[in-house]
Amino acid sequence: MRDVDAAPALDDAAVGRIFREESGRSIATLIRVFGDIDIAQDAVQEAFAVALARWPTSGLPPNPGGWITTTARNRAVDRLRRASRGRELEAEADRMSPAGEGRDTEAVGSMQDDRLRLIFTCCHPALSTEAQVALTLRLLGGLTTAQVAQAFLVAEPTMAQRLVRAKRKIKAARIPYRIPDDHELPDRLRPVLAVVYLTYNAGADYPGSENAVGGGLRRESIRLARLLASLMPDEPEVAGLLALLLLTESRQRARFADDGSLVLLADQNRRRWDRAMIDEGQAIVRTCLQRNRPGPYQIQAAINAVHADADAIETTDWRQIVALYDQLLACTPTPVVALNRAIAVGEIDGPATALALVEQLDLDGYHPFHATRADLLRRVGRSDEARDEYESAAATAPTAAARDFLAGRANGLVD
Amino acid sequence: MTQYLLSVHTVAGEVREPMTDEEMAQSHKQIGVIEEELKSTGTWVYSGRLHEPGTATVVRVSDGETLTTDGPFAESKEHLAGFYIIEADDLDAALAWASKTAAAIHMPIEVRPFWDGSGT
Repeated sequence: MRDVDAAPALDDAAVGRIFREESGRSIATLIRVFGDIDIAQDAVQEAFAVALARWPTSGLPPNPGGWITTTARNRAVDRLRRASRGRELEAEADRMSPAGEGRDTEAVGSMQDDRLRLIFTCCHPALSTEAQVALTLRLLGGLTTAQVAQAFLVAEPTMAQRLVRAKRKIKAARIPYRIPDDHELPDRLRPVLAVVYLTYNAGADYPGSENAVGGGLRRESIRLARLLASLMPDEPEVAGLLALLLLTESRQRARFADDGSLVLLADQNRRRWDRAMIDEGQAIVRTCLQRNRPGPYQIQAAINAVHADADAIETTDWRQIVALYDQLLACTPTPVVALNRAIAVGEIDGPATALALVEQLDLDGYHPFHATRADLLRRVGRSDEARDEYESAAATAPTAAARDFLAGRANGLVD
Repeated sequence: MTQYLLSVHTVAGEVREPMTDEEMAQSHKQIGVIEEELKSTGTWVYSGRLHEPGTATVVRVSDGETLTTDGPFAESKEHLAGFYIIEADDLDAALAWASKTAAAIHMPIEVRPFWDGSGT
């Protein structure tokens, strides 16, 4: 008798999910084996096409990722042999232990290192930030070019060209495929963490976790942060980034009303916050505090951990939050940090004090600045100015939800 | 191994803090040390410093006729002032040399790979 229940349903969507989860690992290993991104990408693509044709009838292999890597490697060798330059490459490929068959921890370790190598190559400082993000999501995140293009609001041919150019630069300039040495790590880690954080933020303003674009980007960035944290357990900022993403994501369900409109922190239903994510994020923050090697991501995570502790805006430990913003301002003295600090000061000393701080900042055109200033003006009773400022905020808002929210506030002041 | 061009560009009319004689001597000494190191490690291929752009002449051939004109090719403010050609394992190695050199000459350096004929 066939055990029908044991075989997971394997449709295109399921294979697609496996592709996103496993392709980065396979591509990373094949780039090391063949020393060429395009060969690796094409081979992994081909292996998934085989999987899509075979798995629905044969069932899922015990180790889908290992199967993909081995199949892709064989396909690439075949193709290179046909192209008559495969002999040396074949010999080289045979020396590598194929993924999935690695029995000892060393093989597994070296495959994990492949993904680390890949992210450091994708986020090499010789590449533009746009190229870093695009390459990371495409190669390591398993997103299609169309999906990456959609996420960053550019046309697909533009994104395709950006990827081609970046890969050409990696090859021509010989950007190495290696994990930086310890002394290089602070400089080299910065763009890696920034890319993961940017990816999260690109998905943050889409309502709902089920949303294909926004949810996908946020999930992917948290997955990458988790991967980095497991690969670099001794880097406190990596842990800090993971905690920051988890604590921010824990509020995502409460950030939007049923109609898709934005709900401010003060008005959020805190019972809708995700307790499991908060617990995990706060546990990481505690470990970071014990380690006592603070950095911007850890401090921002700590600020979010304080918010997560409070059952209402009024019971939030704002003094603690201001103290953390002081610390953050000391290591990243930017007007955006100063703006957030001013908001926290306002919760203790009132809107007039906060407004005085906000007026000193040069953030014209930055939507949260206009939204904050509008809110403070409204609270001190300067309605006419508040209305104008809400309109400025709406004009610079990045999403329809934010625009509607601000326009609504502006209209609320019309009497 | 890949060959890289490390080029130093000057910007016409750019006001820079003039170096004191002492700084100048110090810079020359550092450059000398770097060049020694480039040569002893087998990294150095060629290097040179150019006269100012006003000394340049452009030659064009059109319909079999040669046209010679005075001045640099590009009407830009930036001009190539000097360069190194080095051979390095990868971009990181080339960037490390560039950063050493940039620190000694107090000017930015562009690092660009030579085409190796493979089409990439």
